[in-house]
Amino acid sequence: MERTSYLDYAATTPVDPKVVEAMLPYFTERFGNANSLYALGREAARALEDARERVARSIGVARSDEIIFTSGGTESDNTALIGLATAGGRSNGHIIVSAFEHHAVLEPAWWLGKHGFEVTELAPRPDGTVHPDDLAAALRDDTVLVSVMHGNNEIGTIQPIAELATVAHARGALFHTDAAQTLGKIDFDVAALGVDAASFSGHKIYGPKGTGVLYLKGGTRLATYLMGGGQESKKRSGTQNVAGNIGFATALELMDAERPTEAPRLTALRDRLVSGLLGGIEYAQLNAAEAPERLPHIANFVIPGVEGEAMLLHLDASGIAVSTGSACSSGSLKPSHVLLSIGCPVEFAHGSLRVSLGRFTTDEDIDHLIGSLAPVVERLRSMNPLYEKTVAGLAGTHE
Amino acid sequence: MIYSDKVMDHFGNPRNVGVLEDADGTGEVGNPVCGDVMKITIKVDDDRIGDIRFQTLGCGAAIATSSIVTEMAKGMTLAEAVAITKSQVAEELGGLPPAKMHCSVLATDGLKKAVDDYLVRHGREPIAVGTIAHDDPDFDPHAEEHDEACDV
Repeated sequence: MERTSYLDYAATTPVDPKVVEAMLPYFTERFGNANSLYALGREAARALEDARERVARSIGVARSDEIIFTSGGTESDNTALIGLATAGGRSNGHIIVSAFEHHAVLEPAWWLGKHGFEVTELAPRPDGTVHPDDLAAALRDDTVLVSVMHGNNEIGTIQPIAELATVAHARGALFHTDAAQTLGKIDFDVAALGVDAASFSGHKIYGPKGTGVLYLKGGTRLATYLMGGGQESKKRSGTQNVAGNIGFATALELMDAERPTEAPRLTALRDRLVSGLLGGIEYAQLNAAEAPERLPHIANFVIPGVEGEAMLLHLDASGIAVSTGSACSSGSLKPSHVLLSIGCPVEFAHGSLRVSLGRFTTDEDIDHLIGSLAPVVERLRSMNPLYEKTVAGLAGTHE
Repeated sequence: MIYSDKVMDHFGNPRNVGVLEDADGTGEVGNPVCGDVMKITIKVDDDRIGDIRFQTLGCGAAIATSSIVTEMAKGMTLAEAVAITKSQVAEELGGLPPAKMHCSVLATDGLKKAVDDYLVRHGREPIAVGTIAHDDPDFDPHAEEHDEACDV
């Protein structure tokens, strides 16, 4: 096969070899249970607490017991939504989530909606961001929790979390953010953002899959989700994944160290991608193009007149890995709820393309994608019985 | 969700792509809101499908089922062509993932429409009408996994 280009870093990342190296001893010779009293256990506990302190330092948290290690972003989100809403035995109240959250937030919100709570799904504006005025209008006296993601995983827009948290707090609601896509990629400082809880994932930052963190501000009540031996300050039972949590902390430190050079490098690559793709593919559009702030590593396009899964499969045959919001790619048969939430027409959402960049992406990968995409799009459009109608419609909307 | 080698072959190298000039019958089914649209054109010789072409906007399975149905139908009598079932199409492709079974309905319905179009144009009784799933206003191609987007 010719060149391979992995352009789906927002889906997952390879584990950094330095992370693997840091983890390895904790699978074998340092295998102790961090809750055991003897030397082997104490050694594991020290390593675990060291990892916790390193994570706390990275996100600007003074108390390391505000860091709860979990099995990943999904567990952190589920724990935050259900654990904060039902804390202290609460069984009703109002919660607000943005309409373009990851399903790891939407599903527990909908579950709460079936179990006594009222749920508002707050629509982002067409620029792909959640506006503080819209949140202010949605808040009620009985709103107990607001959850708005920091960086959107499909379109890469960044939400004004500090302002949103201030608005939520002014009405007495707690504020959680899913920061799985932003941790390590842009500055994440708990004190500056003012959130009560935040979710992070290890495998998005060149750490191991099955690792994650929930930041929970000290003194915040949480209904426990996993019950058992009372680990993680009684907030998350289960023998800790010492090796995995060390991997998380190591990966995060590597991200922090490279960010000053990596963020501008990825931004330049992303801009090369956007201008190259919009210039090379007729009628292509950048989704949420008007966003005031975007992540350096994610760009999402609509390619009118093609279906996303077919596009993805042809690119795969050229050695390129990307993703799409087409219904047919997900198995759910529904196109991306994120694109629909920002006003993207359903027929165009079926033809979306998400490209996400990372540590090993080069100019050549971007050029490989654009060079391979043009003939794929041409071929699929030539097979589309409605293509002329689609183009005529587009010309109409541009007039 | 994994496609069979035969699905990938028909997706990557679809047979009989295009539109027949002076077609004797044309069938068009689907809706871009649902993400798939198919158009079939046929030439008919002595009540057999002499030539056939298709165009499809859709996923890998939609393109592969369209391609294989044109191969299956070529040379068949009109009665045989409209009798092709969605499970025969899926079987011919070495199976389809469960979530993609509805794609084969697009292909068989497109073919049925083209045959009926030919018959009506020649003043004859349509033979597929009533068996075309896409003609039912309540037809939901994703009934097994309900798709709200297609209610739009």
